[in-house]
Amino acid sequence: MPHIEIDGKTIEVAPGATLMDAANQAGIFIPHFCYHKKLSIAANCRMCLVEVEKAPKPLPACATPVTEGMKVRTHSAKAVAAQKGVMELLLINHPLDCPICDQGGECQLQDLAVGYGASASRYAEPKRVVREKDLGPLIATDMTRCIHCSRCVRFSQEIAGRMELGMVHRGEHTEVMPFLEQQMHSELSGNVIDLCPVGALTSKPFRYSARTWELSRRKSISPHDGLGANLQLHTKDNRVYRVVPQENEAINECWLADRDRYAYEALNSEERLTRPMVRDGDKWIEVDWQKALNQAAGALRVLRDTHGGNALAALASPHQTLEELHLLQKLMRGLGSGRIEHRLGQADFSGDAKRQGVTWLGMPIAELNQLQRVLLIGATLRKEQPLIAQRLRQAVKFGAQLNVLHAADDDLYCRVANKLIVKPSAWVNALAQVAKALQEAGASLPAELAGQLNDITVSDSARAIAASLNTGERKALLLGAVAQNHPAAAQLHQLVAAIAAACGAKLGFLSPAANSVGAQLVGVQSGPVALDAKGYLLLGVEPELDAHNGPELLKALQAAECVVALTAFKGRVMDYADVVLPIAPFSETAGSFVNMEGRLQSFHAAVTPQGEARPAWKVLRVLGNLFNLAGFEQNSAEEVRQEALPQGEAGIAARLDNAIHGVALALQPPGAGIERLGEVPIYQLDPLVRRAPALQQTQDARDAACAWASGALIQRLNLIDGEHVRVRQAGAEAVLRLCRDDRLPDDVLRVAAAHPLTAGLAGRFGAISVEAV
Amino acid sequence: MLSSDALAQIDTEIAKYPAEQKQSAVMAALRIAQTEKGWLSTETIEFVADYLGMPAIAVYEVATFYNMYDLKPVGRHKVTVCTNLPCRLQGADRVAEHLQAKLGIGFGETTADGRYTLVEGECMGACGDGPLCLHNNHKMHTHLTPESVDKLLDELK
Repeated sequence: MPHIEIDGKTIEVAPGATLMDAANQAGIFIPHFCYHKKLSIAANCRMCLVEVEKAPKPLPACATPVTEGMKVRTHSAKAVAAQKGVMELLLINHPLDCPICDQGGECQLQDLAVGYGASASRYAEPKRVVREKDLGPLIATDMTRCIHCSRCVRFSQEIAGRMELGMVHRGEHTEVMPFLEQQMHSELSGNVIDLCPVGALTSKPFRYSARTWELSRRKSISPHDGLGANLQLHTKDNRVYRVVPQENEAINECWLADRDRYAYEALNSEERLTRPMVRDGDKWIEVDWQKALNQAAGALRVLRDTHGGNALAALASPHQTLEELHLLQKLMRGLGSGRIEHRLGQADFSGDAKRQGVTWLGMPIAELNQLQRVLLIGATLRKEQPLIAQRLRQAVKFGAQLNVLHAADDDLYCRVANKLIVKPSAWVNALAQVAKALQEAGASLPAELAGQLNDITVSDSARAIAASLNTGERKALLLGAVAQNHPAAAQLHQLVAAIAAACGAKLGFLSPAANSVGAQLVGVQSGPVALDAKGYLLLGVEPELDAHNGPELLKALQAAECVVALTAFKGRVMDYADVVLPIAPFSETAGSFVNMEGRLQSFHAAVTPQGEARPAWKVLRVLGNLFNLAGFEQNSAEEVRQEALPQGEAGIAARLDNAIHGVALALQPPGAGIERLGEVPIYQLDPLVRRAPALQQTQDARDAACAWASGALIQRLNLIDGEHVRVRQAGAEAVLRLCRDDRLPDDVLRVAAAHPLTAGLAGRFGAISVEAV
Repeated sequence: MLSSDALAQIDTEIAKYPAEQKQSAVMAALRIAQTEKGWLSTETIEFVADYLGMPAIAVYEVATFYNMYDLKPVGRHKVTVCTNLPCRLQGADRVAEHLQAKLGIGFGETTADGRYTLVEGECMGACGDGPLCLHNNHKMHTHLTPESVDKLLDELK
């Protein structure tokens, strides 16, 4: 390994490292703008010029590889003169508008100008002005401030996977812009705000609302997808003003998905429920906590006493904390009810009896980058898990073969080796083909399965996927949310488990929610969602949206004698609940989430609860007291956590297991006719994102409001692309705009689930018809 | 969008590079597209981008970097006159003034009939033959005088 001398210190560095790496290793700061550890090297800002002995001119530290015996001076007169020269050049066209710039106080240019800039400019000529760009509802631009470091351009190419920004024109006329009037649609777009070293790209919802030095930073965990991205909540006056990433190399690296970054707006939504309310006929009356809790407990007690414990059922959101979910199941079990479920979107619970463990990713998140072979099953990956998609993109860049089984051939912004794009009812058959192809190639399948594959005809795509999985090392089969909510989820799981075993791959579940693993750990799962309970306890759910079959569950809730809802938001729950109790969202309570890799991540409240809202664990504790149940004396979230997971993370690891045995396959040919592909859209995942205004203005949110079909299907049905159509499914109907997407098979209609416009439709999959309005 | 002839030309360019590096042919493809269409519209740039499997913005970067690509419509005959020092020492300014007076347009403008566009060019690497101009990016005319320019303009219908 080469030895170099940097500022008089002799250090040993890795071969191939750059001077910037060496300086970082030695703890020496070299000023820079365009360099970023996660992006390719551009060396176009020239701020990191340093003096290297025997080199005639200063060299850019970010792009100069170390060689044995190199002597580097980062703060010599020559280096500093070069750096000051670059700074003067950068400041020539940069406006001096720091007092009105949102980046002021956290601006790298501002900081470095203090160290390297002159007190006055020698440049008296007019400065250039650059027209603003409209990048959409999330990112505000002041392009005159841009110093052309190209970080945002490289981010869009290398990390987000699709080049949405470019450096256009040349010399003094250079501008960063999207292709002619387009906006940024990437689900990771907000990261360019963090990357921009000046105030050219800033957060639109946050704009002009606070200065960085007024904000307190509170660490937290994202309550949305199963990744568990680490966050910083920036607060002022007891209000969350913005969210930025907290770096964690093992989870989110230094990135955040837009969903994690902008959902905070909902925390201050007008729709927040801030006082307990009880129903009085058709009216809602605000009452104090005592009265509301007494009424809730009283009603539930009467039902329990007359109809037995199982007349009560609880539905909980997997976006609630571990502590809340633990106390909920403890309360319900204390009342004699075993009906507690968090998987509202799931249709097939037949696998529950065939497996023991808690389903999880099957490997640490960081290992995804190292995979060589991947098969994604029913995962709309960029929308379900934006940052997992980013990790797999990096794996593909290093040669991994990504194979896909889905009902939509979405662009994953990376190369896909083989794909099977068929309608959902054909997925079991498609996986059976892959299994059979492996069997034909000599792999051994479980006997119970092998016998069932005789009538399967293997397609070329399935054979190609099997061939891909049969080579290479470090393989994984990943089940996405669509596969988990599939009507034959257990069969898919069984087949994937067999294929994984046959080719030596890991089997992983891409947990859809922040606490999907946590909810399983504390036992908030009891099988199919109860439709005949007399009393319901709801924790953070919006059943009409979250349920696989919304109308069916809605009917059950309307028919129930008592519905007690613990919720942070008003909403449709007010139509059928009898008592609503305002609870604190993740920013206002202490708690924990267990992410898809089984990592327990705890956080504290960043602000105090709004109005009279209270942390749900406290509400549930008091309910336990009101029922005189034992074991409801906890004084802190830590105590609840200790009780729920006495052995902490060590205890979790022992219970994670994706194995499944003995699910019988029903290998009939897929039915004819058009089928629905009903995914949970990226910005309808949970009650928070549903109420985040900026996210709801994005292209992704607008796309979710449409019915999508291929051009061939539209033509076959004599419909017109862009017009409204009526879709009918199992007696229910919805009117949506029809849009064309030729990446769909000709017998699939993509109609989002968990969306207000489609909430009336029954079931996320199955036969669907479409006709002109 | 483009004629089969133009596509065949682009395919010839693509064939010069490894199959997975089609984008290396972007400059040639833009040139061929511009020769056929006269200028590079948004649609033309998008077409070239799709054809080469590149993001449209990456093609746009190239198209805006080089000034022989025209991003706005030009006349049937684009005359680019070099006004750099060696040409000027040989009388390029007189040629340029004559052209402007005769066509009634300045640099960067197009005659009302859409016949001529006049562009101020930079050194074309043929200083010994100056003053000179380039016709439609492809044909160079050297040793210009006001009289030879008149003759040239008459030939360009």
